[in-house]
Amino acid sequence: MFKVLERIFKDKIATEQIALTGSDRLRGKIEGSCNSDCLNKCAKACPVKAFQVEGNDYKIDYKKCLFCGKCVEAVAENAAGDLHHSSNDVMPMLIEAGVEATADVLKNKLGRSLHVRHLDAGSCNACDFEMGALSNSYYDLHRYGVAFVASPRHADLLMVTGVVSRNLEQALKMSYEAMPEPKLVMACGACAAGGETYGDTYAIVGAADKVVPVDLYVPGCPPRPSAMIVALLAAADMLKEQM
Amino acid sequence: MSIMKISPEAMHETAHMFSIDNYHPLTAMFGRDETASGLGYTIYMVFENFEKRDMDIAKAVFDPHGHLEYETLTKLVPAAAWFEREIKDMFGIIPKGHPDPRPLVLHENFPEGFFPLRKVVRKNQQERGKREYKMRTSDGEGLFEVPVGPIHAGIIEPGHFRFSQAGESMLQLDAKLFFTHRGIEKAVEGKTPDEALHIVERICGACSVSNTWSFCQAVEKALDVKVPRRAEIIRTLLSELERIVNHVGDIGNMPAGVGFNPAISLGGRLKEQTMRLCEAVAGNRFLRGVIVPGGVRQDITHELIVEIREVLKKVRFGVADMGIMFKEQDSFQNRVQTTGIVPKEVAVDLAMVGVGARASGFAHDSRKDFDYGMYPELDFEVCTHKSGDVAARLLVRLEELEVSFKLVDQLLKLLENCEDNTLKADLAYNGPRESWGISESPRGSNFHYVALDNEGKIDRLFVRSASYANWPAVPFAVTGNIIPDFPLINKSFELCYACIDR
Repeated sequence: MFKVLERIFKDKIATEQIALTGSDRLRGKIEGSCNSDCLNKCAKACPVKAFQVEGNDYKIDYKKCLFCGKCVEAVAENAAGDLHHSSNDVMPMLIEAGVEATADVLKNKLGRSLHVRHLDAGSCNACDFEMGALSNSYYDLHRYGVAFVASPRHADLLMVTGVVSRNLEQALKMSYEAMPEPKLVMACGACAAGGETYGDTYAIVGAADKVVPVDLYVPGCPPRPSAMIVALLAAADMLKEQM
Repeated sequence: MSIMKISPEAMHETAHMFSIDNYHPLTAMFGRDETASGLGYTIYMVFENFEKRDMDIAKAVFDPHGHLEYETLTKLVPAAAWFEREIKDMFGIIPKGHPDPRPLVLHENFPEGFFPLRKVVRKNQQERGKREYKMRTSDGEGLFEVPVGPIHAGIIEPGHFRFSQAGESMLQLDAKLFFTHRGIEKAVEGKTPDEALHIVERICGACSVSNTWSFCQAVEKALDVKVPRRAEIIRTLLSELERIVNHVGDIGNMPAGVGFNPAISLGGRLKEQTMRLCEAVAGNRFLRGVIVPGGVRQDITHELIVEIREVLKKVRFGVADMGIMFKEQDSFQNRVQTTGIVPKEVAVDLAMVGVGARASGFAHDSRKDFDYGMYPELDFEVCTHKSGDVAARLLVRLEELEVSFKLVDQLLKLLENCEDNTLKADLAYNGPRESWGISESPRGSNFHYVALDNEGKIDRLFVRSASYANWPAVPFAVTGNIIPDFPLINKSFELCYACIDR
C-alpha cells in the first residue's frame, strides 16, 4: 500500500487547466463551407434536423446536434466543399442573453459557489458518466466552488440530462418545484437541449424546456467535461446577477 | 435462422425441451406484431444452445381476434419473469398465473389497454391515463420501509427502490425500474438500419459499442453480408477498449461504496486516461460513430496503434496498483467479502450473464460461446470465481482487465499484419429478413433481434442488454445484508438502467 501511495505521490498533481480543444479526431464544432447544391443533402443526412439551410449557407442548431459526422460525410462524398469537424468544443448557450458562453468564464472566477443537483430525465447515461468525471483529479470541479448536492432543496442549479421521458416527467417537475429561489436549469447534452435524438415516441415528452424553464443549453452528445465546466461557471455568473 | 412455429398451448412443452431444466439459458423472449402479414401476434422464445454454438428459437402464434393468453413460463423458466411482464405491457398478451402480474415498463400515467408496440398505435401516440403500480412491502411489528429514488443522492440513473427493513437488515427489496423508457424499439420502426444507427448507439452510453455491434451483426446476418477482416479487427478492438474503460471505471467506483478515497481517486484518474484514448481513437469519448452496418467508418492508423500501446501500458500498471490497494486493506476486504452473495443455482436459474454470472461460478461468456468478431482466433481464458460475493465480482473484473490488455496486444498485432484495407462492405436489401446478433458487453452478453421488411426497413428491433438479465438477481443478493451495504452491492453489479429501460 505504501509503495502504491509513493507511486501516486510521484505522479504529482494531475489537475489540469481546462482545455477546450480535444484530440485530432474529436468531432467538435462544424466548420468550413459547402456548395449550395449539397446543402439539402446535408440537411437530409442529419438524423436530428440540426443542419439547417439558410439561403446559400447553413446553420447548425447545436442544441440538437449529435456530432455524428453524417453531414460532413455527405459533403465529402459529393466533393462539394471543405465542411469538417474542428476539434474544438461548442460553447454552451445562455438563453437569457441568447449568446454563447465564452472561455473567459474560466479565468479569475475562484471564490464563488454553485450547488448543483443532477437529474437524469431519460438519458443514455453518457452525460451522467461525464458528469461523474468532473470530480476526478483531472477536472477537479471543486476548485471552482461547484459542488453536487444530494437534494434539490439544497441546489441553485438543476442539471438535466436526457430527453424527458413520460415516466420521469413528474420527477422533473417536482424536483424543480422543490428548489429554492433563485434557481437555474441547465439542459445538458443534445437530448435535454434539443430533444430530437430519438424522435417523437409514445414514451417521450421532449426536450427539458417543454417541462421546466431552461436557462442554459450545453451542446454535445455527450458534452465533454470541459464544456460542462464552462457551462457551470457561466451559470454561477448568471446566478450572481439574480441575487 | 431457423424458427420453429408453435401454438400458444405448445409453449410450455417447447420451453421445457429447449431449456432442459434451465441447462440452456433463456436469452430472450419478446413479442412481435405480424398482423400485417396475416400471421397475428407472435412471441419469440430464444434459448442459448452451448453445444450447437447457436440459438434455439421458437415462435408462438396468437390469433389477434382470439384469446391473447397463455400459461406462464416463469414457473418453469424463472428467467422469463420480466420478459413476460414486458410482453404484457407492450402487446397485451397475458401470461396466466404469473407470480408478479404488475406492469413493468409503463408506469402510472399510461392508461390500461394501451399497447404501444402494436402496429395500430402510432409512433408518437401520447395516451394519458391511469394504471396501478403497487410496490411490494412487508407487514409486521417493528418492520419499516425505506423508499429511495427515483432521483438519487448521487450522480446515477433513476430507479425507485423500496426496502423492507427489520432494523438494519434488508428483508426484501422491490425495485421499480424503466423510468428512462424512451420507446426506442418503436422509434426505430420504419427506419433503415443506417437511419436507426444513431438511436441504437444511444441506447446506453456505457455499452455503446456492444449495442451497436450486436445490432450491426443482426443486420449483416439477415442480409448475408461478410464484414471485411480489417473491420472485424477494429470492432473487436473497440469492444475490448470499451470493456477496459468500464471495468476500470467500475473498480474505481466500488470503493466509493465504502468511502475508500485513495482508490476512488486513482480509479477516476485511470478512467479519464482511457476515455481520452477513446476520444483519440474514435473522435468520441464513448467510442460512438465508428461501427456501421457492413463494417467501420474509421481506420486505426499507425500513430494511433502506438498511442493505444503507450496509454494502456500506463493504465495496466495503475490497475495492478489498485489490485494491491484492495488486497492489502483489511478493512476494505472485511466489507466486500461475504457481502451480497448470489449462489450459483440462482445465477443459472435466472440466466445471469457477464461479470455477475462469472463471479458465481457460471462461466457464461459470449466471446467463448459464440463465433463472432476476431474472438475465435484469439487466445484468452474466461475468468470465474466461486464465492459470488462483492469481492468475487471485483476480482473477476480485475482479472478480466488483464485478459483484455492481452487481447488488445494480440489485436494490434493482427491489425498491423492485416493487408486488406477495406473497411466496409455494401449492404443490399432484398425481401423480408430477420436475424439476431450477440456481443459481450462489459456487463455481459448483449442480444439484439432485428426484422427487416420488404424495403429493408426495420419492422421490429428487440434489445436484451446484459443488465436486463442481471437485474432480477440484485434483490436476491441484497436480502439479509445490512442496508449500508446496498450501495456497495449495487455498485458491484454496476448495471445500467438506460439499456434495460430503452
